[in-house]
Amino acid sequence: MIINGVTIDKTFAEAFPMKATRAIITAQNEKWAMISAQAMTGFATSVIACGCEAGIERILSPDETPDGRPGVSIMIYAMGGKGLAKQLETRAGQCVLTSPTSALFAGIEGGKPIPLGKNLRYFGDGFQIAKKIAGKRYWRVPVMDGEFLTEATTGMVEAIGGGNFLVLAESQPQALAACEAAIEEMKKIPNVIMPFPGGVVRSGSKVGSKYPALGASTNDAFCPTLKGVTKTDLSPEIESVMEIVIDGLSKEDIDKAMRVGIQAVCDLGAANGIKRISAGNYGGKLGPFHFHLQEIMA
Amino acid sequence: MSALTFTLKQPTAQRVDMSPLVCQKLQGMDIDAISAIELQNGKNRPRVDELFYITGMDTQEIIIANASDKLDFIGKELDGGSISVLGDAGAYLGMQMKSGTINVSGDTGLYAACEMKNGLLQIEGNAGDFLGGALPGNKQGMKGGTVLVKGNVGQRAGDHMRRGQILIEGNAGDYCGSRMLAGTIAVMGNTGRYLGYAMRRGTLLLWNQHQLSASFNDCGSHTLAFLPILFASFKTLNSRFADNEVVFNRVQRYGGDMAETGRGEVLVRI
Repeated sequence: MIINGVTIDKTFAEAFPMKATRAIITAQNEKWAMISAQAMTGFATSVIACGCEAGIERILSPDETPDGRPGVSIMIYAMGGKGLAKQLETRAGQCVLTSPTSALFAGIEGGKPIPLGKNLRYFGDGFQIAKKIAGKRYWRVPVMDGEFLTEATTGMVEAIGGGNFLVLAESQPQALAACEAAIEEMKKIPNVIMPFPGGVVRSGSKVGSKYPALGASTNDAFCPTLKGVTKTDLSPEIESVMEIVIDGLSKEDIDKAMRVGIQAVCDLGAANGIKRISAGNYGGKLGPFHFHLQEIMA
Repeated sequence: MSALTFTLKQPTAQRVDMSPLVCQKLQGMDIDAISAIELQNGKNRPRVDELFYITGMDTQEIIIANASDKLDFIGKELDGGSISVLGDAGAYLGMQMKSGTINVSGDTGLYAACEMKNGLLQIEGNAGDFLGGALPGNKQGMKGGTVLVKGNVGQRAGDHMRRGQILIEGNAGDYCGSRMLAGTIAVMGNTGRYLGYAMRRGTLLLWNQHQLSASFNDCGSHTLAFLPILFASFKTLNSRFADNEVVFNRVQRYGGDMAETGRGEVLVRI
């Protein structure tokens, strides 16, 4: 398959089941809601070493938030429920509770309830106040700037992590420009996050390493500087490869995000140095979810 | 199917225990069986059809027409369905109700919504003493749900209240929120003496400043984020509490009762 001069490989991205949750952070203005959201989703690019994958889903207008203030919707993904709950709680405690004027609300109705502010309330040292409003429990925790308002729990649901595609380009600036264009479009899709810095990862990994202590190492088949010394997947004109990883609540959500992302890359086309779109997989043996590039773009 | 309607034939000199006439107890019964239920009326036990004209079939929608303040225990332990009272209701209206709705077009007597667990109880007129309170000797009053009173309420509203919300469009009598354990009481009108007497936790939300006991301390003026969420939850009510004009988030906060644990609060609109 070729779109605008860009070859779409006949391959697939391989993804895994994960647990996910969403939270809504509000603040006095969008600037401070975003600061809090960025802190909460920081150091959460990959479960390999971060414990979770997290990202900002989108900015919310005041009429979309529970307390009528500007807000940001964030999502956190982890391999298991316990790990997710722990990450959510520590991040909420250190990054939202501490952030000036912030409030924190559940972003998923239904699913299995996991603590959001349920245990953060103890920071109130006995001065905290519970309020059950319209069937939801909130905690008002006295803090130095006033009160930290948080919903007690949010929902945890089944999700998918590890959807991806690779952008193969003739130069590094062209690969990055294409990925930026893709991320711009993918951010408009609900229920997905792209957890790596700016949504883009330049150090895609393969499973295993020559060093026994490491579970993952550089994806040498897609490293352009190794074209002559390893079993490469790259043709001579490829000088840079970048990857976009997608976590989503459902296969359909990831499908949609991959489609608009790949389309944005293809819109730049061969004229802008984009040669191929490929994807990372493990031969289909590890992850139950397969995202076939050509089917998605058909 | 039209609402099951009990119309009181004539004023009764003695009080009537209406607790058998709730939706869940009448479900599946035919008119003959309902007519044959005996109600405690003073020292007598007349059949329902001796006291009421009965029309309609829908046991999940009950109307008590021509009602008087002698009809006690209306909607006791109600668990789903609706009861509309056309006229006044006696004591213990909606006592320990679990879910569903009760609407009274007139006034109610003592202990309305006492130990209520959930649901919506709406009183168009005035309510008597101990609204949402605990039965004498019990330690916990209302534990959930919403009570809306469009008129005034008597003394000790929310006595020993544990959770839920009492919304009063009119005035509240003395000892409003006394011995409260938690929950919210909102009063648009004036409040009487000894507001929040011995309250441990909970919120008294007031539209008008009132002289507080010496055991309530001023915590200053604040913008509280939970108030817009609280007001938003009132939007579905047929009440002045649903009006956009009444919404506020800026309050003077008083902590108390310091003679108790002091974790309660009186919030006054500013």
